[in-house]
Amino acid sequence: MRVALFVTCINDTLYPRTGRAVVSLLRRLGVEAEFPEAQSCCGQPQFNTGYRWETEPLVRRFAAAFAGFDYVVTPSGSCAAMVRDNYPRIGAKAAAEGRGEELTRAAEAVVPRTLELTEFLVDVLGVTDVGAYYPHRVTYHPTCHGLRMLGLGTKPKRLLDAVAGLDLVELPGAQECCGFGGTFSVKNAAVSAAMGADKARHIMGTGAQAVCTVDNSCQLHIGGTLARLGSPVRPVHLAEILASTDKEQW
Amino acid sequence: MSGTYLGMPAFPEAAATATANGRLRANLTHATHTIRDKRAAAVGELTDWAALRAAGAAVKDRTLRHLDHYLTQAEEAVTAAGGTVHWAADAREANRIVTRLVRETGEREVVKVKSMATQEIGLNAALAGAGVRAYETDLAELIVQLGDDLPSHILVPAIHRNRQEIREIFTERMADWGRPAPVGLSDRPGELAEAARLHLREKFLRAKVGISGANFLVAETGTLVVVESEGNGRMCVTLPETLISVVGIEKVVPTWRDLEVYLQLLPRSSTAERMNPYTSTWTGTTDSDGPRAFHLVLLDNGRTDALADTVGRQALRCIRCSACLNVCPVYERAGGHAYGSAYPGPIGAILTPQLRGTTSEVDASLPYASSLCGACYEVCPVAIDIPEVLVHLRERVVQGGPATVRGQRTRLKPAKGHAAERAAMRAARWALDRPGVLRAGQRVAARTRRLHPGRLPGPGRAWTDTREVPAVPAESFRDWWRRTGGREDR
Ligand code: SF4
Repeated sequence: MRVALFVTCINDTLYPRTGRAVVSLLRRLGVEAEFPEAQSCCGQPQFNTGYRWETEPLVRRFAAAFAGFDYVVTPSGSCAAMVRDNYPRIGAKAAAEGRGEELTRAAEAVVPRTLELTEFLVDVLGVTDVGAYYPHRVTYHPTCHGLRMLGLGTKPKRLLDAVAGLDLVELPGAQECCGFGGTFSVKNAAVSAAMGADKARHIMGTGAQAVCTVDNSCQLHIGGTLARLGSPVRPVHLAEILASTDKEQW
Repeated sequence: MSGTYLGMPAFPEAAATATANGRLRANLTHATHTIRDKRAAAVGELTDWAALRAAGAAVKDRTLRHLDHYLTQAEEAVTAAGGTVHWAADAREANRIVTRLVRETGEREVVKVKSMATQEIGLNAALAGAGVRAYETDLAELIVQLGDDLPSHILVPAIHRNRQEIREIFTERMADWGRPAPVGLSDRPGELAEAARLHLREKFLRAKVGISGANFLVAETGTLVVVESEGNGRMCVTLPETLISVVGIEKVVPTWRDLEVYLQLLPRSSTAERMNPYTSTWTGTTDSDGPRAFHLVLLDNGRTDALADTVGRQALRCIRCSACLNVCPVYERAGGHAYGSAYPGPIGAILTPQLRGTTSEVDASLPYASSLCGACYEVCPVAIDIPEVLVHLRERVVQGGPATVRGQRTRLKPAKGHAAERAAMRAARWALDRPGVLRAGQRVAARTRRLHPGRLPGPGRAWTDTREVPAVPAESFRDWWRRTGGREDR
């Protein structure tokens, strides 16, 4: 089984630790992930802001970079959803514009093989107890694209439940959006900030030491808001919790 | 509020003002959370909700595909039942038709059933211009009208008001419009409702002309359907001598069997009831009962343009239940007025730019009034993929492209004010399509990371006003992999 890590541009640049945690976790589970260096960004910021044309080269690049792998695993619900939901749409629109089937084929080649990390763990590897140890009080925020576009359901929680030492506390209003929304966070900064402040208030109310998600883009906003409010709650990616053991804490 | 949506600022500015209004925020949060929880419970009772929802989407899709056929069928049935059908291409034509019909009766006042279509076309203002006073009879619409306000919600137009504010409005304004509020009126809901009842009863008994919209138009029999909670609508469609209904062409459903699907979907999604208290249906005119004359005004006003758009047309499935508003985190904070039209919330953000176009500043800003969280799509009883349409319309705003405007295929130019963003997106794509360039950029950022300011200038300020920027790591993932081959754990 050849598995590629799609680390995502934001993790590559700002949260390399999350990518390294995925490599370490998968290795522990017997999977040697590869990192094709031709990868860059899934194109979500461009696409979701309306720049579909700027997304197309990135769709081609994604398909080429990950050709030949059985699975493309990514520690981002949002980027996985971009590939699975929007790549076929980009292909269909290009075809409707009389520009052929090339992008549709590129989409078809990657859509069935691109999985968010928890899907790969639970559905492909069939594990929920990954042997992790993380002795902290943690609350989990289900990020919107993982929750609603991918339908991750209880997968992240089942993985967290099996982590030794972890005290999982319920987050009130968990399913409400944190307010990041990509360029929404600056185009509608006031509403985004108000949503972020409410999310932060709920997180702080749980008494958790860390807030866990499967998306560091949302964490950028949640963590940035918490930090500005002077809160000690740490944003942490699920991969880093799952990679932690009694020997090494991420 | 001055009773008009004209000249409204773009969404971000209006929303920022609303977001800062503590009382408005509290009213909206309380109201939307209450109804959203109830809806979830009402929908949860049905084991076949998913199938009903799929049927609701499929029936509308099929009807819209053959809309010309069903509209003609409806016209024939209404005419055969003694009604008169009028076709209005746009708001102005619809207003002209209704105004003429009212004037022909010689009356100077009309009573109105709550109706989105007449809000959309600004009928009350048009009637006022012709010297006809239109009285809103839905309780919430009455509050809005007396307060010289605008609706801020599809189902609960006065959702932004609390009881103290309503008491004030009734006490101060009812006398200007008819029977004054009782002396010593309190803000107890029962007393407020009784005050409205007394005020409105007078109007029902006097009015000779009623104006309504419709939730559905059943093509096979030409029957109009209004679904409501208060019974005021039923008064308006039965007591007056003349009834005029303004109905969007997308409201048609082929048969009564099709209607059955929506009579299940709508109440649970909107008021979280198993069944709404009043469902009124009427077919043309009936001897010795109800109105003597019935007019149906079929309204296009941009709908066939939307129908020509293969992605955008799903917005025409909307049954105006307002479930999407009640779950929307943006609506909850921005309030309804920020959307600058009769249709607030997620549905407004995809419908208004299709009906009115994307040339005005507020209309071009609407597709961006969303974090794309998808909560709206999840609850929509006719499965409108609102995020998909939002992104589709964003594309129209920044790139332009083909669209149908007033029946003509054209190529739209991009909306103004996106040149800098377009250049930035292109530059970002250029770099992202060259991993070597990306790597070089990451290294520069890493090397200078101690110099990065905590507060950014220019557009970055929108971020750092309320959020810290993350520290740039010393080494990107890409560089770590190149250095270690992915072999070095922590
Ligand atoms: S878009 Fe869907 S959820 Fe929103 S009002 Fe229309 S039918 Fe209801």
